[in-house]
Amino acid sequence: MKIKKNVAISETGFMFNPNTGDSYSLNETAKDIVQLMKDGRSEQEIREIILAKYDVEQSTMESNFYDFLNMLSHLDLVEKDY
Amino acid sequence: MKHTYTIAVTGLNNTDNPGPGVPVIRALREAKSFDVRIIGLVYENLEPGIYMTNIADKVYQVPYPSMGSDVVLERMKEINAVEKIDALIPNFDAELFTFMKAEKELAKIGIRTFLPTIQQFEERHKANLPSYGKKYNLDVPASETIANLTNFDRIEDKFDYPFLVKGKFYDAYAAYNKDQVMGFYNKITAKWGVPVIIQEFVKGTEVNVVALGDGKGNTIGAVPMRKQYITDKGKAWGGITIADDKLLEITHQLIAKTKWRGGMELEIIKTHDNKYYIIEINPRIPAWVYLAVGAGQNIPEALVNLALENPIKPYTHYQTGKMFIRYSQDLIVDLELFEKLSINGEL
Repeated sequence: MKIKKNVAISETGFMFNPNTGDSYSLNETAKDIVQLMKDGRSEQEIREIILAKYDVEQSTMESNFYDFLNMLSHLDLVEKDY
Repeated sequence: MKHTYTIAVTGLNNTDNPGPGVPVIRALREAKSFDVRIIGLVYENLEPGIYMTNIADKVYQVPYPSMGSDVVLERMKEINAVEKIDALIPNFDAELFTFMKAEKELAKIGIRTFLPTIQQFEERHKANLPSYGKKYNLDVPASETIANLTNFDRIEDKFDYPFLVKGKFYDAYAAYNKDQVMGFYNKITAKWGVPVIIQEFVKGTEVNVVALGDGKGNTIGAVPMRKQYITDKGKAWGGITIADDKLLEITHQLIAKTKWRGGMELEIIKTHDNKYYIIEINPRIPAWVYLAVGAGQNIPEALVNLALENPIKPYTHYQTGKMFIRYSQDLIVDLELFEKLSINGEL
């Protein structure tokens, strides 16, 4: 899954979708995930990086991770043809 | 050295249902290709733009368009004899027809306008939207016009509740049952007369485009916006420019097919399955036009240059993510100014 190219994210975790005019405030974890997606990392790589960085059970992290990806897709923030 | 043009502008009613006059004037004062002297034309002596600083250099009261083209034209001649107006930008839907009709007479006395043709103006009326959509191959919501409530009984079955009850110029209400339709019908006809439009309610996000056509099919400027904060009158109190290629494509196609002349505002509903329905075509610059200026397209400046037949280049870019937020502020005004305008009809 890839974040749309024109979706902008700032260092403070402010994400802006220029297609719709919607903006979002991301927490630290969400910001890390979106930034890693923008850097072209695979889902496997992102999961590993998040697991290493945060003190979290793998099952909890994966459940929240996929919830978050579904939310990004629902909000039309990811490339459709991916 | 830049040329100074004298531009007359209406719509100084910068209220919670603002006319486009004040933002148009702000845009003209920031024009790069000319300087301006602004003549404000007002109907009411409490239009806020009259008393705002650095808006109008001179203000004249003018008769209501309902008094007829001849009366309006006579007043314009009086004002022009003093001011030597180069161009006029009317900003109210209700006055456009009068000024379009007077276009040649105004040109004879040196006042240039850049308005839609009467055919362009008439065929895009809310009441004619279904045939407009068919003619130009545009998606529009289903709608019917009614001139009395008996008419409504005949078409009620064609629509599912809720639907919109709209006035021919302004006002739109969502009706959820027949009692509401009757209430809204009476409210609208008392203000705007008939017909009243019954329009299918299309679910989705409302997006708007301010655009300018050169009358030959070319789009000189176009900036799309999404309202972020809406007043109880349905007016944008905040908005943001968006990047939407489909929206721009629809705008360019509409202007090309209709050879639209002048400013316009498209009101479009984008549905969740990415379909775009045109719900209204306003034949003038909208009150949020200053956002377009902030995003890089000075549409009022380009409109004046078109009116004066100056060479112009179409705008092709604008910044996305530019926002506007309106605010209200109390102006303190000396009674003498109000008195002067009320007694002399000018200030």
